[in-house]
Amino acid sequence: MNHKNSSNNGLSIGSENSPWRYVAPLVAGAALTVIGLSRRSKPGFALAAAGGAIAYLGWRTKAAELDEFLARGSVLINCSAEEAYRRYSNLEDLPTFTYHLESVKQIGDRQYRWVALGPAGIPIQWDAEIVDQRPNEFISWRSSPNSALVAAGSVRFEKAPGGRGTIVTATTHFDHPAGEVGSAVAKMFGKDPSFLMQQDLRRFKALIEAGEIPTTEGQPSGPRSFAARALQAVNPDRPQRHAPTGESHNKQRRTA
Amino acid sequence: MKAVCWMGANKMSVENVPDPKILNPRDAIVRITSSCICGSDLHLYNGLIPTMEQGDIMGHEFMGEVVETGSAVSAEKLKVGDRVVVPFTIACGRCFFCEHKLWSSCENSNPNYWMAEKMMGYSPSGLFGYTHMMGGYAGGQAQYARVPFADVGPLKIPNGIPDDKVIFLSDIFPTGYYGALNCDIQPGDTVAIWGCGPVGQFAIRSAFMLGAERVIAIDRFSYRLQMAEKGGAETINYEDVDDVVQSLKDMTANVGPDSCMDAVGMEAHGDNPMYALDRVKQAFKVETDRPIVLRQCIQACRKGGTVSVPGVYSGFADTIPVGAFMNKGLTMKTGQTHMMSYMQPLLERIEKGEIDPSFVISHKVPIDSAPEMYKTFRDKQDGCSKVVLDPWATEAAA
Repeated sequence: MNHKNSSNNGLSIGSENSPWRYVAPLVAGAALTVIGLSRRSKPGFALAAAGGAIAYLGWRTKAAELDEFLARGSVLINCSAEEAYRRYSNLEDLPTFTYHLESVKQIGDRQYRWVALGPAGIPIQWDAEIVDQRPNEFISWRSSPNSALVAAGSVRFEKAPGGRGTIVTATTHFDHPAGEVGSAVAKMFGKDPSFLMQQDLRRFKALIEAGEIPTTEGQPSGPRSFAARALQAVNPDRPQRHAPTGESHNKQRRTA
Repeated sequence: MKAVCWMGANKMSVENVPDPKILNPRDAIVRITSSCICGSDLHLYNGLIPTMEQGDIMGHEFMGEVVETGSAVSAEKLKVGDRVVVPFTIACGRCFFCEHKLWSSCENSNPNYWMAEKMMGYSPSGLFGYTHMMGGYAGGQAQYARVPFADVGPLKIPNGIPDDKVIFLSDIFPTGYYGALNCDIQPGDTVAIWGCGPVGQFAIRSAFMLGAERVIAIDRFSYRLQMAEKGGAETINYEDVDDVVQSLKDMTANVGPDSCMDAVGMEAHGDNPMYALDRVKQAFKVETDRPIVLRQCIQACRKGGTVSVPGVYSGFADTIPVGAFMNKGLTMKTGQTHMMSYMQPLLERIEKGEIDPSFVISHKVPIDSAPEMYKTFRDKQDGCSKVVLDPWATEAAA
């Protein structure tokens, strides 16, 4: 995981960014829970429940405090750097394999409007511009000055050793995702921002190598239990919208 | 259509489910004419491999007729009306691994590769009807199946050869052959094979094909040992001897077999306290796999020999004699079979009459009987060695 706690204030208790803001409730809450449970009485259990609630709030504080994170992924693709670059540099096509993106539209010479689907399917929108680009080597971008999000990223294409294809590495650095858009993005990336990035790159690889993205969505099954359906709902790879599937869409996808 | 569904541990049921559809351009739909229950399906039946979900369609050994192909499947590769055996592993044919004929390591066929990566570090290829971490693909114990990357896997079968002779090209014949190939057999070698289920039976015959002079087969069921003897093997019923490893030493002038094959896997049985301990550990999820046979293979194998493991393991196992493994300089070869490399050559052996794989079949039943056959096969009742399901027969016709 690439979470970074940007707080540089050490352990100064009481400071705005001190880790004690979540450590203290966690410790106190856990202690109350243990004491409460050890009483084995009704008030004891109430105490335990209260302790649990305090610990939970402490944990939530930590989760919300995530104010800077890095998402990184890397794959080896059995193709030339030229082909990988060509397929990636058409940014408007990114959503065919980046399932958390709804659309990418070019709005200026080097400007693009990105729309992602955040929690509960609410669109999150930001503008970004390409800052540098070298054909068959890299593309780097950052959010526009007035964008709702402060982020920068790059994707690099390098020849793998032994002529074994191309190493594609994508990195996105989100900075201080304050405000609604920022926190929605943080939630979208969840606990492990690099996971989504890696999934996207694996789909990019499949699209280039196999010509299609493997899927089982839409296949038959026997009756699913409630537990199985619940499990599917928390699948970390499950995109916010249903991944587009089906023959017609795949024809569209096959750009090779 | 009818399909055998996993509804929980020890619970299989035949359900009416929607027919499969083409989902990707390289898919095909196959109307299934024969389908089998595999010994490895019993691990799922017993609920021992994680990431099965209620409603999953079982089965990875099937054949039939192509009834529909996706837009990217060229007619030279596959067309409607072709009779095909479908391999249990799914491979894209174009990634690094496929290009190096390591088909069962394909990088692009498992949509849930990340689940397997959590368990194993890296993911094997997708498999039909074998857990969500192996792709979650609906299996072939059904009337129809969707076959992804249909231009790579399915092997065309000429008309005139009955299903019973070629159906096992879908898994167990190539798997037994691959197990024998992994034994690195040199002329004159002695090969010991634990497990005389169908894979073990094909491994015995393949070992002889590949030049073994002696094959020693180990099991505890007399009907299986008899089948092994028919294949030319000497046999040990481990319940009749004190110590299998000692018996093998006795039979090889204290040298040990040149190669040892574990065709049993994670649910091995035994008759000593170590076995009891493994049962307890597995029940409490301290270990997922019972490596009883793997231990014996490592201990019995001669110095510098080869241990081949076609038996299925799923996770973690305790007390592997790694000291013996290292100090004896053993080689271990394992893996899901790289099916696409062996199906065609083995079909040719069948066509030449070198082997008739139908000898393993003990039961041919309509698909509706599948749930009870799982139990019969698991409990080794009724001399059950291999069950072939007819997806279209009705109960009355049986």
